[in-house]
Amino acid sequence: MSVSAASSSDSSTLASTDFSSDSDRQTFATAASAYWSRLRSGELGAIPAILAIAVLVLVFGTARPDSFMSVRNLGNLLQQAAPIMVISMAVAFVLLLGEIDLAAGFTAGVTAAVLATKLRASWSLPKTLLLCAVVALALGLWTGFLVARVGIPSFVVTLANFLSFQGILLLITKEGGTIGITNKTVNSIEGGNLRPLLSWIALGLGVAGFALTQIIRQRNSHGTIPLSVVLAKIVGLAVIGALFVQVLSSNRAFEGAKRKLQGVPYAAPLVIILMLILTFVLTRTAYGRHLYAVGGNQEAARRAGINVIRIRMSAFVICGFLAGVGGIFLASRSNSVDPQTGGNKTLLLAVGAAVIGGTSLFGGKGRMLNSLLGGLVLALIENGLPLIGKAKPLGFKEIDFSQSGVAFIVTGLVLLLAASVDALSRKRTG
Amino acid sequence: MTDQPILELSGVNKSFGPVHVLHDVDLQVFPGQVTALVGDNGAGKSTLIKSITGIYPVDTGTFSFEGRPVSISGPKDAAALGIEVVYQDLALCDNLNIVQNMFLGRERKKMGLLDERTMEQLARDTLASLSVRTVKSVRQPVSSLSGGQRQTVAIAKAVLWNSKVVMLDEPTAALGVAQTAQVLDLVRRLAGQGLGVVLISHNMNDVLQVADRIAVMYLGRMAAVVPSKGTTREQLVELITSGQSGSLGLKRAEEATV
Repeated sequence: MSVSAASSSDSSTLASTDFSSDSDRQTFATAASAYWSRLRSGELGAIPAILAIAVLVLVFGTARPDSFMSVRNLGNLLQQAAPIMVISMAVAFVLLLGEIDLAAGFTAGVTAAVLATKLRASWSLPKTLLLCAVVALALGLWTGFLVARVGIPSFVVTLANFLSFQGILLLITKEGGTIGITNKTVNSIEGGNLRPLLSWIALGLGVAGFALTQIIRQRNSHGTIPLSVVLAKIVGLAVIGALFVQVLSSNRAFEGAKRKLQGVPYAAPLVIILMLILTFVLTRTAYGRHLYAVGGNQEAARRAGINVIRIRMSAFVICGFLAGVGGIFLASRSNSVDPQTGGNKTLLLAVGAAVIGGTSLFGGKGRMLNSLLGGLVLALIENGLPLIGKAKPLGFKEIDFSQSGVAFIVTGLVLLLAASVDALSRKRTG
Repeated sequence: MTDQPILELSGVNKSFGPVHVLHDVDLQVFPGQVTALVGDNGAGKSTLIKSITGIYPVDTGTFSFEGRPVSISGPKDAAALGIEVVYQDLALCDNLNIVQNMFLGRERKKMGLLDERTMEQLARDTLASLSVRTVKSVRQPVSSLSGGQRQTVAIAKAVLWNSKVVMLDEPTAALGVAQTAQVLDLVRRLAGQGLGVVLISHNMNDVLQVADRIAVMYLGRMAAVVPSKGTTREQLVELITSGQSGSLGLKRAEEATV
């Protein structure tokens, strides 16, 4: 009650008010129990995703310690997950409004195709990227216009766009051709690595930045966030980060390879930086606040004077742009673009990643970090199942886990599980 | 009792196509007083409120605010004058916390970014000045609040903006006994702070308990404005259902034209 009592003229009424959670000093134990009661009331946040990651790593790690737990696979896993994570963050922007963009995958595909064709036509990289940005923004604007201005449900608009954008992609790739990419910068997004020294410096900067924001927040909380919790978070991040950098810093090139392959893949810091920027926009700006408000209660937002149409439109534009960024990751991953880039299950994995991470399909709830965690879960499944290969789980007869059918079924079930957690927790928090 | 009304409407008419919803309605709202607005369903209460807030432009009639003639052509005009409405369905975002809801659409900023500390402090001060003591933390999401607490937050939100007139649309409709008492208490305190309060309610007990003056609407007309002291429940019910009660209310001849 310290500050508020001093700043108000009427301290007698203030003394009787009870903002106990805002003013009482918390300890590690009380903070932990408050967190536990939040979990029990259905605010699961990212917990299911983190549990899933732990379980998957444990299962695959014990089943195939040689291949799954190898350094080579860790680097591969991060690069595998990156495009899904980026497209998932794109989709999360419209999920926050309770909308969907089924065409985000092909927005990525079209942007990737523009990138590949223009690079092949010897455009400079900056000029090409500029065109890519324009294309992605235009596709997003088109969707946003139809949903927010015309008022067609996003499901229908983006289902139609799913077909049209695929058509555009087919036309650009000349009905089935594969366009290779030779640009080194583009290819190194998903292929290159930070040198070990730079990896350590990046980690140091990251941890320092995190520590700084956390400590400032703790200072401003009047003791309601215990210092011990903050320190535990910082140390936790530093330890996990150091573990990753340490492992990834060892040479993971195949034996007899001419060049060393070591360091953190560029994809990891790039995705994390993108996540931080978007999180900043969502949590520190009025725009982000309004986005959550429209997702939570459109009518309330409208009455509060928020331009709902503009917010909804902008979310689709941002979604389109970020999907385009994801498209560049996709192109970089395969060093080429074909009519299936951004197709197949790309979109479903992206939506799945967001939902598994804890972003609600009903709007108003979710964070960018969720998309990263969920993306990691799905990448683990895609990566781990084929490595298991043939096995006899729990006395059943032999199953070949490397079949893509199995991967599809498992991914589908995990997505369903995440969606049920979302629906049930929504019921609980009412 | 203040002599000058803070908000005064006279001769307000409003039609929706062929339907004449408001007939020459006069209404005065005084600072520091609770003016109850009662009437049966379809009497025109909501339309009147929406006219005052500029959601429905009126056909004829004049508005004056603090003695000055004003024209209200949209919600922004009403907000600029300091007229706030607390809607029946609350208009809070469940997924946001108390501070975020109270400042929604009017966030305080520092260097272009949200100034959370100032907003949190102001929210807490406002709640404290209204003696709201049931809220554990202003960082609680609204979804975790009870109906009464939500109503409290919605009212506090209206107060936060130095508003001069607060209109409450059925604030106790969905509440239990204890919560209703809390909210009515809060309504009284609003008037105690010198605001002009307009309370729409169907509950005669609430109205008689907190209002200073009671304006009764009947089929789009202002049937009577009576002081709550000395008015009985029966008189009110009669006014609401037939537009008159003894010497009070609409004259017979007038009623015949309705």
